[in-house]
Formats: sequence, structure tokens, C-alpha cells
Amino acid sequence: MLKIDNLHVKLEEEDKQILKGLSLEVPAGEVHAIMGPNGSGKSTLSYVLSGRDGYEVTEGGATLEGEDLLDMDPEERAAAGLFLAFQYPVEIPGVGNMTFLRTAVNAQRKARGEEELSSGEFLKLVRAKAKDLQIDAEMLKRPVNVGFSGGEKKRNEILQMAMLEPRMCIMDETDSGLDVDAMRLVSDGVNALRDAGRSFLVITHYQRLLNHIKPDVVHIMSNGRIVKSGGPELALQVEEEGYGDLLAEAG
Amino acid sequence: MTEPTDLDVREGVDRETVETVQNMGSYKYGWDTEIEMEYAPKGVNEDIVRLISEKNNEPEWMTEWRLEAYRRWVTMNEPKWAMLNYPEIDFQDQYYYARPKSMEEKPKSLDEVDPKLLATYEKLGIPLKEQMILAGVEGADEAPAEGRKVAVDAVFDSVSVGTTFKDELAKAGVIFCSISEAIREHPELVKKYLGSVVPQSDNFFATLNSAVFSDGSFVYVPPGVTCPMELSTYFRINAENTGQFERTLIIADKGSYVSYLEGCTAPQRDTNQLHAAVVEIVILEDAEVKYSTVQNWFPGDENGKGGIYNFVTKRADCREARAKVMWTQVETGSAITWKYPSCILRGDESQGEFYSIAIANNWQQADTGTKMVHLGKNTRSRIVSKGISAGQAQNTYRGLVSMHPRASDSRNYTQCDSLLIGDKCGAHTVPYIEVKNTSSRVEHEATTSKVDDDQLFYCRSRGMDEEEAVALVVNGFCREVLQALPMEFAMEAQSLVAISLEGSVG
Repeated sequence: MLKIDNLHVKLEEEDKQILKGLSLEVPAGEVHAIMGPNGSGKSTLSYVLSGRDGYEVTEGGATLEGEDLLDMDPEERAAAGLFLAFQYPVEIPGVGNMTFLRTAVNAQRKARGEEELSSGEFLKLVRAKAKDLQIDAEMLKRPVNVGFSGGEKKRNEILQMAMLEPRMCIMDETDSGLDVDAMRLVSDGVNALRDAGRSFLVITHYQRLLNHIKPDVVHIMSNGRIVKSGGPELALQVEEEGYGDLLAEAG
Repeated sequence: MTEPTDLDVREGVDRETVETVQNMGSYKYGWDTEIEMEYAPKGVNEDIVRLISEKNNEPEWMTEWRLEAYRRWVTMNEPKWAMLNYPEIDFQDQYYYARPKSMEEKPKSLDEVDPKLLATYEKLGIPLKEQMILAGVEGADEAPAEGRKVAVDAVFDSVSVGTTFKDELAKAGVIFCSISEAIREHPELVKKYLGSVVPQSDNFFATLNSAVFSDGSFVYVPPGVTCPMELSTYFRINAENTGQFERTLIIADKGSYVSYLEGCTAPQRDTNQLHAAVVEIVILEDAEVKYSTVQNWFPGDENGKGGIYNFVTKRADCREARAKVMWTQVETGSAITWKYPSCILRGDESQGEFYSIAIANNWQQADTGTKMVHLGKNTRSRIVSKGISAGQAQNTYRGLVSMHPRASDSRNYTQCDSLLIGDKCGAHTVPYIEVKNTSSRVEHEATTSKVDDDQLFYCRSRGMDEEEAVALVVNGFCREVLQALPMEFAMEAQSLVAISLEGSVG
């Protein structure tokens, strides 16, 4: 599904290398977690994959089902099935959440040459999915993320994910700022979306999210590279021992 | 739980916006109609003023009123204080009167109507029945109407070509006709109110208008009457090198209510055209008027060639206690916009509101805003202005809030937001505030921001292309004002916002 090969990335504005030869492969249907200390380049990876400005790829590449991701505009990546759940979802004043969702869903359908959803179909769909995430009608009408609590913002990201039905979901610290109940709701939402044709890359600081969203593979990232990969037990090891020993061991 | 109908409409609006962006050319109304026109000779002098008056079959007092204005105009100078840059206008190199030849005699049926005139209305989106009436087909007014009910007065170049739903309005006592007809049929009202809000001597452009206005709309709503439908005027400039000078006079008598819509379009030409209109609104005790404009005159091309010079004087006089006026404007067109719809809050407890979206793209220049003149006690005013600049455009908000000594306990709230797209455009805010009593309060909030890259990236990461993303974010920025518009207009305005910003990114 997602294949990242020897990816080197630097910030455009300052001459600072953030990713230094990162390689990673997420096969279809699998959930991979990336853990790592602050400043290891986790968020940069998610932004580079989704096409945000300000980064320069100096070496290596990334493909989504064989297609060169880095050549595409952000909207083309979205239409190809990539989704990023933002660590800090952006507020858009004056634009209703529902309007935003519908514009996004239909833009992607149009880009893929599919029929746009009628208002009736869309409403039915959005209401059903919103209900699962305990998002009420009021929240659907409010402007996108404006005045939302931390938990509401993250649930809203998962709602977008559920509506857009991407094949490759990247979740950037979706657990940050969530209380226990919100974490469960978000995790249930994600777990409901797991299937053989959809993959997840879950970026997180803490192991606790991985109690709810069980990963197939855990990668430890440090200084712009993956330094160790393993099963879910790797996350438990981090939780107990911290990164110190693991990183020392990896050199 | 929300009712789906409410959402359906809102959702539909946005989808339309997006489709419009994708499907439309840069200026939808840029076609011109080859209709045989009758022109007065170029230039303006007393003879031309007399000719216009004569063509409209005006009584002597009206001719004199015009001449008085003309004589004053020749002594006046063009105002230069606005932040606008344009070459000297040669006022003698314009036609001051043009009308479709086919209007000389009323056609008896649709077959006799110049098909090109009908085609024009069709392109403007006016329904067939209304087209017939506008084309002046006798008896068309009695045919049953279907769909939405909006009475329309269409002004084609200088002449009002027809008004719809007149009979139905007459039953309610509402007079809605062209101003030339009002001058002939209702001289007592015209004499009493014409020039009472915008006097002949008001300013250079208003004075010129007083001398040479050729037509426009007239509305009178009698005491206690709520106008049974929305009234609207479509202004269309078609003829080349022709100035358009309409004059609109609206009178809301005690306790009445009317909502009035104004739409404007013009063909795409590479020469500039002059438009200098005057709108006067008189609002008596407890009456309320809503006046909404979607101004989409040709803005010039992406190199700044052509476009309408729009110098407009609009003023509402809340003449008596508890009178209320609400101006809503969406200004997307014109090469030059010079326009300050104002409220004279004369009556105690009268209220004025001004909601504005001004979009300037490419080489457009807009200097627009409002004046809130508080004369009565306990008067209230509210200003919400959203200015959007893109390309090389300059967009200025210029507003006056004045609290007179007598206007005790009055309030004003002003919110003035500017949005910049790209790095070659400009936004300017020039508020004038005068408070001459100690019990009144004036609040002014202003923001200027660039269109936010994070917002655009967020939209694009969800699948919208850059233009869609900009249209969505800008429509959000304008929402407060869009919501103040009547529904039909809100849709049109939303897609206009998107169209006007085409090519502003990337």
C-alpha cells in the first residue's frame, strides 16, 4: 500500500535536514505505529506524505499503491486515497462542518470520475457515521473546528476519515489532548474502519492509544529514521523503559 | 434533530458555488446584444437635458429641476479624495441617452418583440412570463405566474423597459413603476420626495445624475402595508460609450415594509463606461426598508482593460421615529467603485445597518463604505464590512460614524475585516468617527489578514483543489453578510464570490 524508500527531507526555509533516509512499508490491511521521542521527525513525515508546502525532498521517495506520491498535489493524493488526521485540526470560520464535508466528499468523487452524492444520500450517510462518533447535529452545523474542544476536533477528524473512506490513513498524534472516554470513541471509530483493503499509520508518543488500536507492527523513529521495528511488544517496552535503552541499542 | 430541508438549501448553495467555479468563464454576463438603439448626440448641455426630459414626456417642473441641477453641475469639480486612480473622464465624450428602438411603440404580442431583447432577459435568468412583461407585451400581466414571486423592473441602458406584477402590487396599494412613469402619474409624490434625501447639489456625480438621469425605479408603499413580494430592478448597460444614470426613489410610508433587490450587469468591452446612479430612500415612522444589491458590472479584463466606472450615491433617510433601514451590498464588479450607501438616522430610535462584501481582483479599485449620521436620540447603527483583495487590486473601506449633539444615548458598532489573497494587492481602512455628545458609544473593530495557508492546505488535503479551497474559505469569511441577503440573492452572491476570485491563486 504505502512504500517509503530512503526518504530525505529538509526544511525549505532553513537548511535543516529532518528526515535522513527513512524507509517503511505498510502492506494493505495492516496497522503500523510509529513511536519516537520529540523532534524525531514524526510530524514532518506526515506533512511530507500529504503534500504540505515548506519541505524539500532531497533524496528517496514514497509511493501509494505504486503511484509516486510526491509528484502529486495534496488534493490528488487525497483523491488517490491518502488521508491525514491532523494533530492540530484547522479552524475555518463561517464554513459549516457539513458544507465542508460535502464539498470534500464530492470533490474527491469528481476527481475519481464518480457520481456526486445528492443532498439526500449525503445527509443519510453523514448522520449515520456521526452518530457512531457521538457527533450531534449541532456540531455538524457549527463552523469547521471553531470552538470545538480537543476531543471534538479529533472526533471530527475521524468523521472526515469515515466519510472520505481513504485507503491509507495517517494519524498524527490523534491521542494528544484526549481524555479516556474520547480516546475510546476515537479508537472505536478507527477500529470500525479497519479492513483488508485499508491501512493505517498511527503516529503517537504513548503506548496507551495502541491498547485501543492494536498495531501489527511498531516502528521506533529517531533522528529522522526508523531505528527499530517489531511487534506490539515493542510499544510496551517503550512504555516501561523509555526510549533511552532502545536508542542506545540501535546506535 | 435538524430538518433536512434547511440543510438541503445550504448544501445546495455550496455545491453550486463549486460547480460554478469549475464551469464558468471569467465574466458570465460579458455578451452584448445587437439591438438597434436610438441615441442622443454625444456630450451634455442644456439641450441634451431638455431632450432627455422631452423623450420622457416630462412636465415643465421636472425639466426645470433638471436644468437647475445641470447649471450647478457645470460649476462643480470632480471629487478626488477617494483612493482611486483613473484617467480623466471626458464628460463630453459620452452618450447620455440611448434606448432600444423597439421600445418606441408597445408590441402587441411576443412575436412583435425584438427577439434579441428577449434573449437578453433569458440570459439574465429572468423567467419567460416576466420576460414578456418586461418586453412590454400587452396583457402579459394577467397570465398566471409560476415559481417565485419577485416583481421586476428592468432598465436597459437608460430606459426602463417594463415592470412585472404591477396589478397585483396595485391591489395592495404599492406603486412600483419606472421613475419616468411616476413623474407623469404621481407627480405629487415625486415632487415631495425627489431630491429630499440626495439634493441636486449633493455631489458632482449626484448632480450630474439629477440633470441627465433617464430612468430608474420608483416605489411607494402606503401606510401600514407590508409589500406582498420582493421588488427588484435589473440594470443592464448594453450600448457602447453610453453613460448610465438611473435614479431610484423609494418611499416607505408609516408602518410599512419593503424588501428591494438590485442586480447589475454589463457587456465585456475594452473601453470604460460611466455609471452614476442615485438611490434615495425615505422611511417614515415605524417603517422598514431592506435594500440589497449584487453589483456585477464588468470589472475589466485581467490586464485592467475596460470595465465600468461606478460612481454611485445611495442614501436612506430614516426621517421619523423607529424607522429602519438595512443596506446589503455585494460588490464584485466595476473597474472603479465609488460608493457609500448611507443612513441618516433622523428619527428617534431609528436604526441603520450596513452589510457589505467588496471583492476586488486583477486591477479593480474599490473605495466603498457607508455613512451613519446619528441625529435622533437612541439611534442605533451597525456596520459589517468584508473587503477581499486579490491580484493587483486596491480595496478601501471608507466609513463615517457621526453622533450629533442631539443624538443622545446612541450606539454604533463597526466591524471591518479585510482579506488579502496574494502579495500584490492592498487593503485600506479609513474610518471617520465624530462623537459630539457624551452619552453615545461607538465601537470599531478592524482586522486585516492574508488568506490562511493552513486553512487552504487543510481543504486541499481533503480533496478540494486550490480554487475550490479559496472559494470556500472566502465564502466563510463573508458569511455574516451573505446571511443578510434574501435567499435567491445569497445563492447568486455565493457563486459570484467564487467567480470573481478565479485566477487569484496559483
